[in-house]
Amino acid sequence: MALLQISEPGQSPQPHQRKKSVGIDLGTTNSLVATVRSGIEAILPDEQGRDLLPSVVHYIPEGVSCVGYEAAEHNSTDPLNTLSSIKRLLGRGVDDIKTLGDTLPYEFTSDEGGMPRINTAYGVVSPIQVSAEILRKLAGRAELALGGMLDGAVITVPAYFDDAQRQATKDAATLAGIKVLRLLNEPTAAAIAYGLDTEVAEDESQQRLIAVYDLGGGTFDISILRLSKGVFEVLATGGDSALGGDDFDHAIANWLRIELAMGETLDVVEQRILLEAAKSAKQELSQKEQVEIEVLETALVLTREKMHELIDDLIEKTLKACKRSMRDAKIDVNSIDEVVLVGGSTRMPSVSEKVTELFGLKPKCSIDPDLVVAMGAAKQADVLVGNNTDGDMLLLDVIPLSLGIETMGGLTEKIIHRNTTIPVAKAQEFTTFKDGQTAMSIHVVQGDRELVSDCRSLARFELQGIPPMVAGGAKIQVSYQVDADGLLNVSARELSSGVESRIEVKPSYGLSDNEITQMLQDSFSHARDDMRLRGLREQQVEADRMLEDLRAAIEKDGQSLLDDSELQCLHLALDELQQLRENSEDHRQLAAQIETVGKTSEEFAARRMDASIKQALAGLSLDDALK
Amino acid sequence: MNNSKNFFEIFSLPEAWELDFEALDTKFRALQKVLHPDGYANKNDFEQRLAVQTAATINQAYQTIKNPLSRAQYLLELKGLDADQESHITSDGQFLMNQMLLREQLSEIKANKGPKQALTALSIDANKTAIAIQNEFASQYQVEAYNEAFSTLAKMQFATKFVNDISELEADLEEL
Repeated sequence: MALLQISEPGQSPQPHQRKKSVGIDLGTTNSLVATVRSGIEAILPDEQGRDLLPSVVHYIPEGVSCVGYEAAEHNSTDPLNTLSSIKRLLGRGVDDIKTLGDTLPYEFTSDEGGMPRINTAYGVVSPIQVSAEILRKLAGRAELALGGMLDGAVITVPAYFDDAQRQATKDAATLAGIKVLRLLNEPTAAAIAYGLDTEVAEDESQQRLIAVYDLGGGTFDISILRLSKGVFEVLATGGDSALGGDDFDHAIANWLRIELAMGETLDVVEQRILLEAAKSAKQELSQKEQVEIEVLETALVLTREKMHELIDDLIEKTLKACKRSMRDAKIDVNSIDEVVLVGGSTRMPSVSEKVTELFGLKPKCSIDPDLVVAMGAAKQADVLVGNNTDGDMLLLDVIPLSLGIETMGGLTEKIIHRNTTIPVAKAQEFTTFKDGQTAMSIHVVQGDRELVSDCRSLARFELQGIPPMVAGGAKIQVSYQVDADGLLNVSARELSSGVESRIEVKPSYGLSDNEITQMLQDSFSHARDDMRLRGLREQQVEADRMLEDLRAAIEKDGQSLLDDSELQCLHLALDELQQLRENSEDHRQLAAQIETVGKTSEEFAARRMDASIKQALAGLSLDDALK
Repeated sequence: MNNSKNFFEIFSLPEAWELDFEALDTKFRALQKVLHPDGYANKNDFEQRLAVQTAATINQAYQTIKNPLSRAQYLLELKGLDADQESHITSDGQFLMNQMLLREQLSEIKANKGPKQALTALSIDANKTAIAIQNEFASQYQVEAYNEAFSTLAKMQFATKFVNDISELEADLEEL
């Protein structure tokens, strides 16, 4: 029997201590945070016991006055400083605002980055900052409930979010001081929450095809998944990242405007009043056949049938996306085994009826459609942070929109096709057009249309330092890599000379790393000690993680994969890290040693990965032999 | 991961046109289970990057050899015939003529937005042709007639593009 290791209190990291992880559903209308406790996912409510946090932030001249329910109370009285549905602006450009502008009555200013910013009493804020406030509020709730700093979070995004929208979400988390373990697609998160049902596990060989229909406040996703033996494989995904319950509200508000014989242009307060009335009428109609709406001293009746008529086109759009995804997945509608409903907007009877009709199946909604995404995210966070090591779950997700580059005549050339399993990497070769050419620019876009102007501009890359040669002489290899968060990275190399070309990335929308660093510093500037303490705490957590991880790895593979001197080197580096972890108050010193240990252990990590690959394949041949 | 391994070797499968798809799927999943970045989310930056790169290679290998067109292309690449897309054409006049006729039919259906039955018939036909070309490639590759196989690959590219265009149009018509 192994002896229990007991260390001095507060000295050594406690091995196998459960890590604090959460899943966060950052929604258009509402946001939530959940965690796994004793193996069960649970939503973390606020002090009043409320699960949801309305995604609303209220600004006053001194800064953020409140977030959530309190902020929402200012909706009609102080509309320009009460920011809601901000997710619709995340990762969007100024041009997108023109199409969304009517539905989001704020005062916009644009900056040179092409990203819209909003004028508030506090000053100009970006959608990323506003989202960070919501995330910070949720993280604070979680830290209080779990009793300490979070080790990491899984944050969900609509599956149909493009690279810019994903990057903006991740930036918001960084700004809120949250370590992002993974950006997880919302429908996939819901499938994980449902996948825990025992049905699938009962028969191991069984394969199930699942359609997740996710209609939220501002976004629509459809994902088709195959579940078998603990593998969640997304076959295809589709949707519309600008279609949701908000649009239903606007359709109803527009009807109200016409019924009330009001003009085309309303002031901001009138707009908000009509929208609020539309929203509550919509919600009531989920229970009743008709409602009486009292708005601006007039009473009107809206029947469910009439509402259906107003929003029918919008629902029809979602059904088309469903059909296209099934085509992409190369499956017939009849082979779908289960349909899952996610998102508050699926509570509307007209939505669930249409979905039932399309799939010929009664949809599953045994888990509250508002909570299911956060619960799945919590489950995944628990696995990723390393708490659930015996879990045998594998998640294979896809990229929702093709990635391409601009070629002659403003056309797109696809590099990575939509619905390709991620992570994925592709390389492409280019050559120079003129003699002595030393630079080249590449425009990366995302979308499935032929014309660049119909796709989303992601970034322009300037390749410099190409050695001067005759036209066509230089061979530049550009590599595109999409990681498991669905985020793109680009690198380039000149092949004939081996010169690594410098890449200057100009994201078309979003913040540069410098801007984020600046904002982080600003937010801590009035609390310098806090920042130092938090910085130290973060490095200590990282050091503990590293010590525990590497010691376990050495225990297991040190003898077989490292020679004596390599082993000794690693031990020395680890001992020094342990020493600093216990005695140093300087977070930079600790960070430097963490980096040293990281470097020293790189070769070991690579060999361990190779060994695990060999072992995985060997394990299979053994299975074959035993058959 | 050892970069010198070819895509078949990664899965310890024989370098051949005929493929044991069940074995490929099983091995793909087994590999992803040990090296998917999800298993490294809590590791340091280097290990995370390594996992992303390795998993991306496994995914690329899997997609390449699973899909008939890219598998054919890759097999010839391994034999030293670099099948850079669209850079070579088939000299089979009969085939080209036939393709042009089929293309015309497709444009006509596209212009008239139907009828659907004609498109379905065209789709069945195109899929049959695609399979026949694959069989042609298989037998040429089998007897190591790589140059002939290279020419068949060009046909395969035509046929695959045609099948894809039909299904795009089917989707478009469905959405009308």
